[in-house]
Amino acid sequence: MGIEQKTGNTGVVTTTLEQAVNWSRTNSMWPMLFGLACCAIEMMGAQAANYDMSRFGMELMRASPRQSDLMIVAGRVSQKMAPVLRNLYDQMPDPKWVIAMGDCAACGGVFNNYAILQGVDEIVPVDVYISGCPPRPEGLINGVITLHKKVSGEKFAKWK
Amino acid sequence: MREIQEFSLDDLRHLVSPRALTGETMVLNMGPQHPSTHGVLRLIVELDGEIVVNCIPDVGYLHTGIEKNMEGKTYQKAEVMTDRIDYMYTMGNNLVYCLAVEKLTGLKSPPRADAIRVILAELSRIQSHLLWIGTSALDLAAMSVFLYAMREREMIMDVFELVSGQRMMTTFIRPGGLWRDVPSEFEAAVREIVRVFPKRIAEYEALLTKNPLFLDRTRGIGKIDTMTCKAWDVTGPTLRATGLAHDVRKANPYCGFEQYDFDIPTQTTGDVYARYLVRVEEMRQSVRIVEQALNKLPYGSVRDNNRKYVPPPRSEIGMSMEALIHHFKLWTEGFSPPVGSVYATVESPRGEMGVFLESDGSPKPYRVHYRTPSVPLLQVLPILSKGHYVADLVGIIGSIDIVLGDTDR
Amino acid sequence: MNELLSSAIKALGEKFGGQVSEFRDEVTLLIPPDKVTAAATVLRDEFTFDMLSAETAVDYCPQTNPRFHMVYIFYSTTLKVYLTFRAHVNGDDPKIATMETVYPSANWREREIWDLFGIRFEGHSDMRRLLMPPNWEGHPLRKDYPLGYEEVQYSFNFDEIDVRKPKGVR
Repeated sequence: MGIEQKTGNTGVVTTTLEQAVNWSRTNSMWPMLFGLACCAIEMMGAQAANYDMSRFGMELMRASPRQSDLMIVAGRVSQKMAPVLRNLYDQMPDPKWVIAMGDCAACGGVFNNYAILQGVDEIVPVDVYISGCPPRPEGLINGVITLHKKVSGEKFAKWK
Repeated sequence: MREIQEFSLDDLRHLVSPRALTGETMVLNMGPQHPSTHGVLRLIVELDGEIVVNCIPDVGYLHTGIEKNMEGKTYQKAEVMTDRIDYMYTMGNNLVYCLAVEKLTGLKSPPRADAIRVILAELSRIQSHLLWIGTSALDLAAMSVFLYAMREREMIMDVFELVSGQRMMTTFIRPGGLWRDVPSEFEAAVREIVRVFPKRIAEYEALLTKNPLFLDRTRGIGKIDTMTCKAWDVTGPTLRATGLAHDVRKANPYCGFEQYDFDIPTQTTGDVYARYLVRVEEMRQSVRIVEQALNKLPYGSVRDNNRKYVPPPRSEIGMSMEALIHHFKLWTEGFSPPVGSVYATVESPRGEMGVFLESDGSPKPYRVHYRTPSVPLLQVLPILSKGHYVADLVGIIGSIDIVLGDTDR
Repeated sequence: MNELLSSAIKALGEKFGGQVSEFRDEVTLLIPPDKVTAAATVLRDEFTFDMLSAETAVDYCPQTNPRFHMVYIFYSTTLKVYLTFRAHVNGDDPKIATMETVYPSANWREREIWDLFGIRFEGHSDMRRLLMPPNWEGHPLRKDYPLGYEEVQYSFNFDEIDVRKPKGVR
């Protein structure tokens, strides 16, 4: 966490701005409710009581791209859906991250054919790939934690 | 990358009412990214104030090319694709494909395999209905049902994982039987489900069945009658909610469904509430079937012994040269069924699911076509939603329980 | 075989010149393409086949006349049996009369067949593509349409394939 030093019981916490910003970003990340196919069912599973993604500050799924900062592409992206997906990504405010959940979103999976995009990274930049067809809810949670690690290490200098 | 293709009102001239062309009614877009369309369904909705005048579904946002891809794979490998069609009823997708291949080749699955198939297919149906009850109640703003339903779903997922190592895409049912026998823990795990489940269904019913808010949102909404259902080829709970007790498990039994004692729940009103009641009762009946199948689970082999089509067990390969040759031939070249075409059906949670399989005598299927229940269900959505509020449109989409992977394939 | 079913097969065979074939207890009638709608009407009205369970097409590509077979699978909720119709469709100008007038559920199925096989249905009320984007070229399920897969890159040929791989917008 971003707390570097705690000075006695004066109630003052000192940290760097970079760490404070990254800390707040990781702990209130709002994913977009973007279920495409089979993986969406496991994403719902990760939301529900048994796996409970809200332990990581991820429970607030937003249906609107304008309110969210993480896009979890859960499922296969067809050629017809691809421009829609890019459009949604463009509508998200910066800073934004993308998780490609499942084999289909990561590389096309078992569907190597005319209809399916061979990996969502052809149209949007992806931060974390999660393998599995579909990944277990634990896999998704692991992917989210990996993303948290990445975000908490971000530098001011590299911000767009 | 392609551009988004927008329809102009001119393209849809034959589908909208004349009032839309003069601007009197409003034509709005709903989806494909919308929280309550259950996937990537896009609707073009014509509205008069808040009343739906017409709605035009636009599908294909999940078109996966599965039928084309299956033509390029051997019969065994093509089965892996089938899981991903109706991803809420994965075991049934495998089952219907295997039934078609068995019909084509003349294989016969042994009684133990049949009983296990029945148990797994029924658990899969319960799983699908659980997701339906969770998500469609969520659409009508009842959050807690979702959490309860997902809790029970995990029990079923655990059974699937126990038998196959995968939670959803199991490919456990194979042509001629099963991939392998179930582990010894299987029976206890299924018994536990059978034991707790009736009480859990009562819990969901306590939350919804007599809830006045739920009744207001579901009764008299999205009505359809039997004649319309037949004309538009609507099957499954939507048809049964209109009063016709048609179920493939009873009408054209497969996997020995005729030996089990179960009822086909029906309602007569044909609205959202009737479909809800039918599905809830179906879950109870599925538990009954699972219990009966478990009680008389026979012992024996779980695969057909025809080595020309079914790979030999691992233990045999080390002992016999012939088994080794068969194993090698089956996993490299595949098997070649006789020339001809067959059609096999099962009852999926949404209706009749069929597979049309044509063979040209080569090891790869010449043509595979999945007749999926969601296509007719979506086709009647304009009929169901006409004259209702936009808010009810969401409830109607939930009640017909479409799966977009099933529609688009 | 059911009595009503066998009388239906006999009647259709006589009236419309349908050729009967049987495979694995499934009866298929080969009906001349211009009489399919009339035969289906008789089947629905006189022999209680009230549902069109499936409608699809098969492409026998190098062969041109007939190149396609239309496959209609009917179901009767009273007899609980299936009956299959097949009809030949020419490859040069593939078209056949629509089944929509007899069974409304054929609407989307025929749109799907137009989309994936390029068979036109005469008299269809809404002949748009169903699954592919409206400006898509070609009909994917035809046998002469390539699967359109992407080459898999291995370590020994990674660069070689990477050069000719299509690049998306980044």
